[in-house]
Amino acid sequence: MLSDQDRIFTNLYGQNDWGLNGARARGDWDGTAAILARGRDALIEEMKASGLRGRGGAGFPTGLKWSFMPKTSDGRPSYLVINADESEPGTCKDRDILRHDPHKLIEGALIASFAMGAHACYIYIRGEFYNEACVLEAAVMQAYEAGLIGRDACGSGFAFDLFVHRGAGAYICGEETALLESLEGKKGMPRLKPPFPAACGLYGCPTTVNNVESIAVVPTIMRRGAAWFSALGRPKNTGTKLFCISGHVNKPCNVEEELGIPLRELIERYCGGVRGGWDNLLAVIPGGSSVPLLPKSICDTVLMDFDSLRDVQSGLGTAAVIVMDKSTDIIRAIARLAHFYKHESCGQCTPCREGTGWMMRMLDRMVEGRAEPEEIDVLYQVTKKVEGHTICALGDAAAWPIQGLLRHFRPEVEARLAAYAGRHSLAAA
Amino acid sequence: MVKLTVDGLEVDVPAGSNVLQACEAAGREIPRFCYHERLSVAGNCRMCLVEVKPGPPKPMASCALPVAENMQVFTDSEMVRAGRRGVMEFLLINHPLDCPICDQGGECDLQDQSMGYGADHTRYREPKRAVRDKYLGPLVKTVMTRCIQCTRCVRFATEIAGTPELGATARGEAMEITNYVERALTSELSGNLIDICPVGALTSRPYAFAARPWELRKTDSIDVFDALGSAIRVDVRGTEVLRVLPRVHEAVNEEWLADKARFAIDGLKHRRLDRPWLRVGGKLRPAGWTEAFSAISARVRAVPGNRVAAIVGDQCDAEAMLALRDLMRSLGGSIDCRQDGAFLSPARRDHYLFNSGIAGIEQADAILLVGANPRHAAPVLNARLRKAWLAGGLTIAGIGQPVDLTYAVNWLGTGLDTLAALHAGEHPFRETLAGAKRPAIIIGPAALRDPAAAALAWQLLLAVDGVRPDWHGYNVLHGAASRVGALDLGLVPTGAPLARALHGAADLLYLLAADEFDTKAISPDTFVVYQGHHGDKGAAVADVVLPGAAYTEKSGTYVNLEGRVQRGQAAVEPPGEARPDWAILRALSDALGHGLPYGSLDAVRQALEAANPVFGLLDAGPALGAMGPEGPAMPDDSVGRAPLAELYANYYQTDPISRASPTMAECARVAAPYPVAAE
Repeated sequence: MLSDQDRIFTNLYGQNDWGLNGARARGDWDGTAAILARGRDALIEEMKASGLRGRGGAGFPTGLKWSFMPKTSDGRPSYLVINADESEPGTCKDRDILRHDPHKLIEGALIASFAMGAHACYIYIRGEFYNEACVLEAAVMQAYEAGLIGRDACGSGFAFDLFVHRGAGAYICGEETALLESLEGKKGMPRLKPPFPAACGLYGCPTTVNNVESIAVVPTIMRRGAAWFSALGRPKNTGTKLFCISGHVNKPCNVEEELGIPLRELIERYCGGVRGGWDNLLAVIPGGSSVPLLPKSICDTVLMDFDSLRDVQSGLGTAAVIVMDKSTDIIRAIARLAHFYKHESCGQCTPCREGTGWMMRMLDRMVEGRAEPEEIDVLYQVTKKVEGHTICALGDAAAWPIQGLLRHFRPEVEARLAAYAGRHSLAAA
Repeated sequence: MVKLTVDGLEVDVPAGSNVLQACEAAGREIPRFCYHERLSVAGNCRMCLVEVKPGPPKPMASCALPVAENMQVFTDSEMVRAGRRGVMEFLLINHPLDCPICDQGGECDLQDQSMGYGADHTRYREPKRAVRDKYLGPLVKTVMTRCIQCTRCVRFATEIAGTPELGATARGEAMEITNYVERALTSELSGNLIDICPVGALTSRPYAFAARPWELRKTDSIDVFDALGSAIRVDVRGTEVLRVLPRVHEAVNEEWLADKARFAIDGLKHRRLDRPWLRVGGKLRPAGWTEAFSAISARVRAVPGNRVAAIVGDQCDAEAMLALRDLMRSLGGSIDCRQDGAFLSPARRDHYLFNSGIAGIEQADAILLVGANPRHAAPVLNARLRKAWLAGGLTIAGIGQPVDLTYAVNWLGTGLDTLAALHAGEHPFRETLAGAKRPAIIIGPAALRDPAAAALAWQLLLAVDGVRPDWHGYNVLHGAASRVGALDLGLVPTGAPLARALHGAADLLYLLAADEFDTKAISPDTFVVYQGHHGDKGAAVADVVLPGAAYTEKSGTYVNLEGRVQRGQAAVEPPGEARPDWAILRALSDALGHGLPYGSLDAVRQALEAANPVFGLLDAGPALGAMGPEGPAMPDDSVGRAPLAELYANYYQTDPISRASPTMAECARVAAPYPVAAE
């Protein structure tokens, strides 16, 4: 269990002042100039040593990502873009950082931008986060007024501007290149890769896109050292992580914990357990709507980190744990997710545009049972034809929940189909 | 160069190529819908999947993947086939199975590829998507339910045509291609949308339900609606020209074609002259050939030879022009090709050619447009100027009435006094021209009506080193397809253009399909012979009408504005008693007792080559560099200060064929007021 001294987000629940004074009282903005004085290379090495993996879902090592940015400019500026378009169903971690601890993010933005030689940083915040955007903008103004960012950030001589940009509510704009398109004022559609943003990103300039949580933990890592951070968690899955537990638990919550905590411990310690007891558990979606669900048998023992969840054919994603007890109609639950992905597909590339609607309609019929048994195989094959054939990962995200359903709950689907067929053959007779 | 293997075959391709191009270099055809060589890469159809090693264990879109050294590409592995079959299934689930009533049927990429990767049955049991059709004007018909959202049309309109009127609204399944406001497209290149659409979503409205591609007889020809000489294919069923499509000619039209060239062809069926006519008692009545010839012959005998004159039209083939020239010479008459009154001299070829070449203009880094509107005079050339401008490093300025040319033009002034100021070094743009490595001037018909314009432009260009052995930036933008060929034949009398001084100039005027001048200037007592294919302005004032053949009905030689000699083949027979024009003139010459010395098309062509050796150099590109520094002669007249006239006010109706075309009439009716460039 994570001790209180090791918590990074000490105002996660908003009991204290989110403003600059409160943040300073919690240790933010302490010796920032000294951190910058260590130099770009030292900061990037520190990040690599910390083992921090991107908190947006893919889990790419953050320090490595930073090191892809050009060391010397070819005339183009570099940019840091912070992805605050938190739209993954089940996920609400960035929201609490934005509204309760915005200065952690702002300080992290300064340090990260300095490490990458970016004099401008954009925070792309989800359009629905109106209050959060207000808080964030107020915090940015506080930082400007206190001279923490701006022409001479923290007295370091480094010029740094921070812009907050509100999105308009499209899930796809959380995909990093669609986010860049949207930021440029275009329709939010993912770009082809390569070129990757580090070579050609915002306005054609070298750009790194990082998640809010990845950036917000940077100042603490710099202060307490990579060794402290990497001692937490498990090898290759180091540090602390915000978990968002929702669904059929007694006390849904956000909580910061070490990576690698057993799922069962997470639910029972912080959420008051599954509604009706652990044995009433049906399944858990461990990392936001786009990762395959896990049946109770796996939930009994699985650890909550990137590699452990990958080993059980799921993923940590955004660590948004969606708990479903035995009252859940699991087919309907996944069909609801299929609706979501059909609605949010950008429509650019064929498999996702056509496949998400097809999968949704098949699942809709399966919820009623109105389908032929062989259509279960068709559904599975369609998910396989969407997965890995698209420009961005939304196609994968649409396919995986359905694959999880068919992997673990195929008998339930078959029973539903058989029941419907039984009712209707009797009616016909 | 990058070395990689495609299905085990080693290929070398230039660095920066994509894998799809490498596969083509290896002779492997990759199916594709969204990828197009001349458009930006969208990578959205996912049909061009290939397997790549080293690489992720999933198929990659080859159009969007750059080649890398020692890459191994597999175009026909099980993973690739499964991937393509999957994409094809997705494309077909919401695509209507209406091939039997679809005009794209038989030449549809989706239909063709489904033979390779489609299943024999559908597994899709849900309702299919339907999309409301959009109005895009009289040329492009939409059946949007067939659209596969490849966005080729959006990219063409935005990148090539420079009229960003198409886009995609909504997202996911609901994504639709639309022009938002349902107004006719304003591009003169909109017909190309039909060609680049891989399915039947965008088809030709005039050609709707007219024929199947396999019923058509295809004949290679040359377009005559502008001076570019675009390579075309004339598709015919029976005796009817049903459509015209572009052929690929990289040096001329790439693979594009202007709308007039494509859609004015229904004018070939209307207002045709299909028999000789004779004016008796002030009214034209049908006549026989013999009767018509004797009427002309009687008149020729009655007037002195130097009172005979001829004007050739804008769409004439070189064979007919040669025959008329030789006939006029034997009668002692004069002949002129400049029915727009342009001051052009045939003395030296580079005084009237587009010397940088059509493809060569992309090399220019500063261009001055003088009284030229390339968007109307040659839309495909305009697209090339836009391409060069988009590539960067090209500055364009203009003298004339400001118009939207789809690229940024710095309009310096409206009259030739601006050109004079540039020439005198009193205008700041001269510095730009002088600093350019390859400066060019494109001088158009509106300016050439001033006798000093050509000389001024040449001298200005010479002064900024734009006329030199390795670069010739003096470019005349002709509007007429016949003009360069006519100048090559020397069809210019001494003195001012005939069309400027018609009144009382001749007792017998022979019009070879010439309609684009002020016919009211002809004296009432002048005897007018009109030989042409349409009952247009010229025929209306004629005393004798001889029915000629339109460009689709005769094998003809045309010289385009860069001096490229090209030949078109007859696709159909001329209607009724109409005959190829050189043959009519040959027969008439006998009746006049001045028999022309050639009796076959081959003999005419030999005579053409004898008259000017350039006619023997088929499809030869423009010569590089200038022949010498001497420019067109400078007349004594002072340069006019009046604004230059916009010569092509109505793009869609500029010649007898397009004026007879109902499609072009509809285009002219719905055309938005011509967009004027912002100041």
